[in-house]
Amino acid sequence: MTEVQTYSFFLGCVMPNRLPGLEASIRVVLPKLGVHLEDLKGASCCPAPGVVRSFDEPTWLALASRNLALAEMSGHDIITGCNGCYATFKEALTEVRDHPERLKEVKKIFKGLKLRYKGKVEAKHIIEVIAELGPDLVRSSVTRPLKGLKVGVHYGCHLLKPSKNRPWEQTQNPTFLDELVEATGAESVKYKDKNLCCGAGGGVRGSQVALSYDIAKEKLDNLIEAGVDCIVDVCSFCHLQYESAQAQLNKDLGENRYQIPVIYYTQLLGLAIGLDPAELGLGNHVISTQPLLEKILD
Amino acid sequence: MPDSSTWEIIDNKDIDTDFVDEIVKAGADRIRTCIQCGTCSSVCPSGRQTAFRTRELMRKALLGLKDEVLSSSDLWLCSTCYTCLERCPRQIKVTDAILIMRNMAVDHGFMLPQHKKASQKLLSTGHAVPIDDTNRELRRDLGLDELPPTTHSNKKSLGQVQEIMKRTGFKTLIEGQKMEGK
Repeated sequence: MTEVQTYSFFLGCVMPNRLPGLEASIRVVLPKLGVHLEDLKGASCCPAPGVVRSFDEPTWLALASRNLALAEMSGHDIITGCNGCYATFKEALTEVRDHPERLKEVKKIFKGLKLRYKGKVEAKHIIEVIAELGPDLVRSSVTRPLKGLKVGVHYGCHLLKPSKNRPWEQTQNPTFLDELVEATGAESVKYKDKNLCCGAGGGVRGSQVALSYDIAKEKLDNLIEAGVDCIVDVCSFCHLQYESAQAQLNKDLGENRYQIPVIYYTQLLGLAIGLDPAELGLGNHVISTQPLLEKILD
Repeated sequence: MPDSSTWEIIDNKDIDTDFVDEIVKAGADRIRTCIQCGTCSSVCPSGRQTAFRTRELMRKALLGLKDEVLSSSDLWLCSTCYTCLERCPRQIKVTDAILIMRNMAVDHGFMLPQHKKASQKLLSTGHAVPIDDTNRELRRDLGLDELPPTTHSNKKSLGQVQEIMKRTGFKTLIEGQKMEGK
């Protein structure tokens, strides 16, 4: 095992307030990989890049900088499990680093609020840290290989783009998440338009939910076609979208076509390292994870 | 009314010659190099499902049709997936341009009612998606604190977040928005 790394764990909104099972799985799995999480106390919404940044960019930058400042003051880099929050922090950091006058503007807003901020802190995604540890470490921690499990991997847009400001070697056809999924013993299945958006971002889910489900449906149909046992994602917002879109599409169409379990990467890894499904929040999904669990646990 | 034999005429009064400059100044610096190739429209996940055409939005912005663009519902169909920005052969920051125009739209009073509601939640709780009773219970069942260690469990932090939104003018901006979608 490598040395222990400590991060300030930023929760955001959707993960703690709508999908606490994902949070639970992160809290139990990451320490097993030697990653210690310290709560980022008093953090707010990141704020969401597609909505708040769309409404008033200076407010977005100020609130994002406040969350980053809390981490900077704690002495640890910030870590998040949501692609949207990740995007906000990556972009907000670049904005103040490339444009010193923007940092000045933020500091002026912070005046008298006991917030110290230099824009020196780094922002990481949970999957970025796991990818740095590498598939070999993941493989060595597996006690219950997920043999025969067919996974449809979903990266999510803001994890990868804008590529200029992301750490990945490959943006158009990345493989790091597929490798981490396969390190659990599962198979990452090829499917059509794998890098298509889930449809939730940019305030689309928030304001025009039917359109956002139309976008999600296209990908869900492709995943059904490919015969996957589950979707594996690394973003709480994409996760919420694929769960709720399936429930709504079944309702709208009066059938039960959409039943693909949606699993967050640390839930998948948790299963592979022998943890109890309930502890990983797998009993609280909108789309039942039972068929998947039966396949793995039998 | 225009039919197949007539042209839709753009009047001088519809054109704001400063509009593109404002977009360029806010960061979409290469927008004038657009060659209307349509790559942005062809890769758009929202455009697959709707009549939203990113290329059209870029053209209208370049023509200076400020009022038409800012009041258009098309502006809010983008899921900000950044595929157009990645693929643009002229390296135009297309998604950034859309975000810039959305900021201008909100500034002109065009905000969707659902977006106003989410902003109000942010103003009152520090979260655009705050906790509810179901998830409080779920958190307890999972062995997590009933309230996350965020602004939800720290009044002082919430006060700080609200003070920041007051200082940036966000509170006034949202409270001044009329509750109608366009």
